[in-house]
Amino acid sequence: MIRRLLAVWHARNLEFVRDRPTLLFTLLLPVGVVIGMGFIFGGPPRPLFKVGVLGTDVSAHANPFRAERYTQFVAVEDEATGLSEVTHQEIDLLVDFDGGVRYWVNTDSPKGYIVEKLLIAADPGARRQPVTGQAIPYINWLFPGILGMNMMFSCLFGVGYVVLRYRKSGFLKRLHATPLSAFEFLTAQVLSRLSLILFVTVVLYAGIGAIIHFHSAGSVALLLLIAVIGSLSMIALGLTIAARFASEELVGGLLNLLTWPMMLLSGVWFSIEGSPRWVQWVADIFPLTQVIQAARAVMLDGAGFQRITPNLIYLAATTLVFLAFGAWSFRWRLD
Amino acid sequence: MPESAPILEVHNLVKQYPSVSAVDGVSFAVPEGTCFGLLGPNGAGKTTTIEIMEGILPPTSGEVRYRGERLGARFREQAGILFQKTALQDFLTVRQSVALFRGLYERGLDVDEVLAACALEKLAKRDNRKLSGGQQQRLLLAIALVNDPKVLFLDEPTTGLDPQARRNFWELVESIKARRKTIILTTHYMEEAQLLCDEIAIMDGGRIIAQGAPQKLLREHFAEVLLELPRQEFPEAARRLPLKLIDASDRIEISTDDLDGTLRTLMEAHVPLQNLRIRPANLEDLFLDLTGKDLRT
Repeated sequence: MIRRLLAVWHARNLEFVRDRPTLLFTLLLPVGVVIGMGFIFGGPPRPLFKVGVLGTDVSAHANPFRAERYTQFVAVEDEATGLSEVTHQEIDLLVDFDGGVRYWVNTDSPKGYIVEKLLIAADPGARRQPVTGQAIPYINWLFPGILGMNMMFSCLFGVGYVVLRYRKSGFLKRLHATPLSAFEFLTAQVLSRLSLILFVTVVLYAGIGAIIHFHSAGSVALLLLIAVIGSLSMIALGLTIAARFASEELVGGLLNLLTWPMMLLSGVWFSIEGSPRWVQWVADIFPLTQVIQAARAVMLDGAGFQRITPNLIYLAATTLVFLAFGAWSFRWRLD
Repeated sequence: MPESAPILEVHNLVKQYPSVSAVDGVSFAVPEGTCFGLLGPNGAGKTTTIEIMEGILPPTSGEVRYRGERLGARFREQAGILFQKTALQDFLTVRQSVALFRGLYERGLDVDEVLAACALEKLAKRDNRKLSGGQQQRLLLAIALVNDPKVLFLDEPTTGLDPQARRNFWELVESIKARRKTIILTTHYMEEAQLLCDEIAIMDGGRIIAQGAPQKLLREHFAEVLLELPRQEFPEAARRLPLKLIDASDRIEISTDDLDGTLRTLMEAHVPLQNLRIRPANLEDLFLDLTGKDLRT
């Protein structure tokens, strides 16, 4: 048994070592992950709570609450912006230190509940102010992110692996012998996956929406438009990965390399407000960030077409860039 | 068969890989309506040549012309191709697989017509993964015929088929030939080439080493008949006789155009003749004579 086991173990190792792109990727990935995590999570301990302070200079206020550890204080220029951030749970609390201390908290926010206790302990005279407008529960804030994340996985993995399988089996080579062009083939793949994703997303939206009693503040047609353009962009991104390579391990690794940062930094689970500028800049590059920003604006704030136009333009432009690159680098056969 | 204008012309084709020259200056022309066979041992460059002719593989140098033009949209629309190995899309029936490819061409045959031509009507609703080897090849032939091609490429189409399936496939190809389609065929089966091809080119080491009609090549390279004797019955001393001897695995073959004289020589040398077989030379003899009997690595 050991001999057979060793024979298969040895052959598999040879296969892996001789697959140069995969080997290189496997060696470089952990280095890249360590460097990336070091940048994102390195440095001093990260705060647990984020408190908005009305005014432009947070350090100007000497209130004892300011001495709380693990609490980040960020300047908020005006009350309206601060209230919007509280209701969207982008900050846990909004405080006005001028005169008698006043604060606003989202009563549906678990972190808001705790940080409110800290404030009252530090300054018992602080007065809670009513939050105008509907406070948004965390699940409602999370909902667009979950839909977007599901779209992302379906777009990237659903298309990438299918094209890879076609190439490995020789089916792509057979198609190459017909008048079909690379652009036509890729576009057909995009449209096929798009219909599937739209169907699943609509079912998820209706199903989860019914369970959590969610009603979009904005136009559902606009949401559908975001889903269409966002899916196109992410499917095209998946095709750029699958356009050339023939190794499942390499393609799987590259897809993971794309999906994990998107899942962590695109604002699916938590807002990245207050993160270093460069992290926000990187996050803005991801199509998923644009999808979630636009979807949240429509679903939670009732935003119209004009407000989400920059997101849609970015998604449409990346779709064209990714598709053009995918068609240019596309390879029909294994070589 | 009357000579017609070439539908395909191959000019000084070269395909160079980093460590090997797969095709090394191959030129030939294929007249319209004929069946042209590319023969050769493994690694001779047949598949590389045919894939360059199909427009699948770019040559290092040289060119292929279809009706006098470089390979382009017209060629893709009018060529039918059956690769050595082809996987089809999963979960499709036979009919759906053919219909998929029919949808890729501007013009072509009706799907039912193609299914009937390849004896696939009864299998039309079967999952394409659940076909036998012969049925699978018939489906791939149907797909190659779906655009009613002017030129049909068949790359080792009967490799791995049992004798019945192979003969059935040959009948299909003969019916296609009868419709004046041009066929480019690569094969390891000399019987197949002899039966189907109007002209053959034998390749070895990336070059064409012989080309012409099978009977003409046989006449050029072989005398009228071959005499076969069991190796163990052939005395060593007889090897010194003034005869053209060919060593086969279990027998000695003697090629001659003077049957009486050769028999007389053998009897005078006391070679036992009770197991003697006399037969005409065939393409396999020509192939082995030109390419040698050593196993190709």
